[in-house]
Amino acid sequence: MRSRRLQAVAVKEVLQIWRDPISLMIALLMPFMQMILLGYGVSLDVKHLPICVFDREASQNSQALLKRFQASEYFSIVAGFDNYRDVTRALDRGLCRLVVVVPTDFTERLTDTGRSAVQALVDATDDNTANIAIGYAQAVVTGFSSTVLIEASALAGSTVAVLQPIAAQSRVWFNEDLESRNFIIPGVVALVMALVGAQLTSLTISREWERGTMELLVSTPVTPMELMLGKLLPYFAIGLLDAVFCLAFAVFWFDVPFRGTLMTLFFTTSLFLTVVLGIGYLISTGIRRQVGAAQIGLLVTLLPTTLLSGFAFPIDQMPPAVQAVTYIVFARYYVTILKAVFLKGSGILDLTAPILAMIIYAGIIAFLAARAFRKRLD
Amino acid sequence: MNAPTDVRVDVEALAKRFDDVAAVEDVSFAVAQGEIFGLVGPDGAGKTTVMRMLAGVMRPDSGHIVVDKIDVVADPERAKRHLSYMPQRFGLYEDLTVDENIRFYADLFEIPRGLRDERVGPLLAASNMGAFRRRLAGQLSGGMKQKLGLICALVHTPKILLLDEPTTGVDPVSRRDFWRILYSLREGGVTIVISTAYLDEAERCTRLALLHHGRLRYCDTPRRLKERMPGALLAIASAEARAVRDSVAGLEGVKGVLLVGDGVRVVVDDDARRAPELRRALEAAGISFASIARAEPTVEDLFVGLLREGPAS
Repeated sequence: MRSRRLQAVAVKEVLQIWRDPISLMIALLMPFMQMILLGYGVSLDVKHLPICVFDREASQNSQALLKRFQASEYFSIVAGFDNYRDVTRALDRGLCRLVVVVPTDFTERLTDTGRSAVQALVDATDDNTANIAIGYAQAVVTGFSSTVLIEASALAGSTVAVLQPIAAQSRVWFNEDLESRNFIIPGVVALVMALVGAQLTSLTISREWERGTMELLVSTPVTPMELMLGKLLPYFAIGLLDAVFCLAFAVFWFDVPFRGTLMTLFFTTSLFLTVVLGIGYLISTGIRRQVGAAQIGLLVTLLPTTLLSGFAFPIDQMPPAVQAVTYIVFARYYVTILKAVFLKGSGILDLTAPILAMIIYAGIIAFLAARAFRKRLD
Repeated sequence: MNAPTDVRVDVEALAKRFDDVAAVEDVSFAVAQGEIFGLVGPDGAGKTTVMRMLAGVMRPDSGHIVVDKIDVVADPERAKRHLSYMPQRFGLYEDLTVDENIRFYADLFEIPRGLRDERVGPLLAASNMGAFRRRLAGQLSGGMKQKLGLICALVHTPKILLLDEPTTGVDPVSRRDFWRILYSLREGGVTIVISTAYLDEAERCTRLALLHHGRLRYCDTPRRLKERMPGALLAIASAEARAVRDSVAGLEGVKGVLLVGDGVRVVVDDDARRAPELRRALEAAGISFASIARAEPTVEDLFVGLLREGPAS
């Protein structure tokens, strides 16, 4: 291997990227777009869910209950109705996801029997949001009823506080505010790496075939190894640059905590880049048309990274068969590492298992890629 | 056939199949130092396949190629350092400038930078390209692209130069520059194998090999080949070329018919006698044509004439 030839290939590749608007856009603009899109667009939190109310009693009590809904950060009341027909229509049209109906005898039953009920009508087309909404609604109602109980016992002159035998005090670690953004953004780094790595490198070899430059290239003394390393080095640099960009964006723009060390982040990112660049290169040597190569590239890297890496969709909630598949999705290990490095501050030693998996993966891919290209036309 | 003495390219019983089609079959020839050896033949005759195998970028199914005493089939990578190959399709990077392309190929051959500039300067001057060094290759004219390709091919001063139809679609001025460079290379002892579709270029070669359906049919000096061309050539300009071909094909004295872009080429034994006969025959058949005139044979015509006689024995 000669460094002069390797360098020549790398310089040529950099010039070509620099002069190709599409490559430049993928390399520099994509990370920004992904960050914005996924940072703002994908939120698994239920906050300020639009709800409607149908207060059939219109008493002081019922208003107090509804005020609690309004005061909660999880809900915001967008409309009030006085008949079921409008309620149904509001749900049908998607005006709100949940309707709270207070019955006409709400206060009466409360004072007579000490028990009363309110109705919650939930749009469960999105079952996840519906479940969360029901949970929050129950919490609001429970809060209200304990206030009622305390007031009632105070009125009765009881000095004994309402007994709560055992109260669970939960404390959330690592993502203290339960911000889904903190959970998602670290994974976006993997997505950006997969996109940049696979998209750009899947084109490098097929572009040479398509433009007819390969025939001349294979007639020179350049070796397959020099060609591969020379071509991949610029993309490796771009990948690392994008990683820095993503990190800065996550920390300074989205306020995602970064508790790990840069060393851990760059070591694991380099491993992941080795894998995606290697895969992109493998695809490119196998498919001589740019369009086909780009599509396969997306299919084998970006798609599993999005769906099966646990980036947004937790792996332990998948069916066992799909969970088994995720073990061969290399992005899974990187996403695990990213989340741990960002939120938990884990170091290389804490992450031996996923790092080992990535090293094995990178080794296999590098081995295959180094042998993939033959300097022949037939 | 005169056997060359100082052999630089030696091809023996070369064969290559693509699936079921024999692209090259039993091709043998030898090229001496300082020759400009021409490969000619119609499209699909196997010229490009032979060139690629000589360049070591395609493996023959059988046969031997020795270039500058290196066995190309056994050790293509070593041969690549001594030869230079210019593919038919423009192989340089259109999104790199003239200088960047030259630098890239010089680096791939590990030419020291000082030596590179020393060599490239005169080449750029000889091809009238000095003013375009910072222009993107994609923005060059067809002729300039080919000259750039030649400069890149020459940057490591190869002993063997393989050129696959280098002047197809190139303007006459650039073609003249191109050939001037080839002549000076030849004087410097470079051996050149070139494929071409132009007869005027074929005539500048020291020897020609005629390929047809993957087989080498004739190999001789251009003058001797043309002497073998029987009879004369008539060009019939007509919009109904196929009808013309079909109606003249069987006539007395017609030795071959070839469809061309604007009509038909007919090889006849005696043009003065047959031209009026053809004219009458076409008029009788009611086929319209613009003109019938004697034409200078091109390489393709040479084929029509020679191949009618069957392969050389």
